[in-house]
Amino acid sequence: MATRIDLEVNGERHERDVEPRQLLVHFLREELGLTGTNVGCETSLCGACTVLMDGQAVKSCTQLAVQADGTSITTIEGLQTNGEYHPLQQAFWDCHGLQCGYCTPGMILAAADLLERNASPTEREVRDALKGNLCRCTGYHNIVKSVLAAAAGGES
Amino acid sequence: MYPASFEYVRATSAQEAVDLLAQNADAKLLAGGHSLIPMMKLRLAQPAKLIDIGRIAEIRGICEKEGTLRIGSLTTHDTIANSELVRQKCSILAGAANKIGDPQVRNKGTIGGNIAHADPASDLPAVLVALGATVHMLGPNGPRSVAAGEFFTGLLETALEAGEILTEIEVPACCEDGSGCTYLKVEHPASGYAVCGAAAVVKMEDGSCVSASLCFNGITPTVFNAWPNGGPLVGGSADDATIAAAMAELSIDEPMGDIHASGEYRVALARAYGKRALIAARERSGG
Repeated sequence: MATRIDLEVNGERHERDVEPRQLLVHFLREELGLTGTNVGCETSLCGACTVLMDGQAVKSCTQLAVQADGTSITTIEGLQTNGEYHPLQQAFWDCHGLQCGYCTPGMILAAADLLERNASPTEREVRDALKGNLCRCTGYHNIVKSVLAAAAGGES
Repeated sequence: MYPASFEYVRATSAQEAVDLLAQNADAKLLAGGHSLIPMMKLRLAQPAKLIDIGRIAEIRGICEKEGTLRIGSLTTHDTIANSELVRQKCSILAGAANKIGDPQVRNKGTIGGNIAHADPASDLPAVLVALGATVHMLGPNGPRSVAAGEFFTGLLETALEAGEILTEIEVPACCEDGSGCTYLKVEHPASGYAVCGAAAVVKMEDGSCVSASLCFNGITPTVFNAWPNGGPLVGGSADDATIAAAMAELSIDEPMGDIHASGEYRVALARAYGKRALIAARERSGG
């Protein structure tokens, strides 16, 4: 039995009937075609599926789409404004904060939650905030550098 | 990885959730979903119906009443970890909430869901037992309360009965009565779950220990309360040597062992981290 949900994704309102067991990540990817949100471990560990729900980072593989009813979701596709990269996206580019890119949307959205709470975090705070996001390419140094660069850019 | 199909219904009040539970014997309550949804995806749980309680405002939030903090069962770990009230008046709880999982998990996971699930490697159970917290529930026969020490009854088992819903967790404002408190954890590097979690609450007066509680997560199938009847520190100075001697004598029957840590190793961790937690708690106490 389908349940009607009404939510905002990247500023656009969507009303859809969803099966209660549909996970938010599949709703975003398959119903709305927003494939920037990746499916990684599917067990709430890797953070590749991280999106912002009402401004807070959540793992969309561990939320049902019906739980997102009435909320405002931001995915990686919703970060840029008027064709300009979000400061975090630009910083990941500038600091080479990615190799394969699979973890990148989740990393950027987890970092966006951090910078919203703490505009000038220490390196330790950045690492703590990214604890729920795994990178399998190189490790985390350039990712952390990117977040710190985005924070420093926001201050000037 | 989809869960099996289920019916979905939303409750708008705690009483409505209780009524819906009464009508649906094989229903489960859905709060943040961070214990239940992973279990449903792995088909370890396959409820026919989910009653979503995630929007019930009356069981969410933190307030102070008569020297205790009242924490609604739907309050997220993130809210608890960042609450000025909790940080000031019950710092061990804010600290433990901040050690759960990762930021995304803390943004959605709730204190009620956490303790109702009663994972032996979770962080809050030992802290709540060490604090002498009280768990409030609502069921078909009205409200009911139990001490946290009686709430956790076994591996993934609690005193919460079928048909009941957790409404509130009441914790003493321990930082205000001269007590010092500390939660230390050795966490599994991938999952963040406690291989050993040590919660200590120590109250000193004029250099003498008035009370000391010490509880562990991750060592036994449910919270291990080292000193349910007072323990060896009470009446003494609780100096480092006394604490070290007490921990050397700590005995834990049938500790859990798995590929991550043997039972013997977990007991060794409990002794080491119990000692550190007690010393830190004593140093933070007012006396």
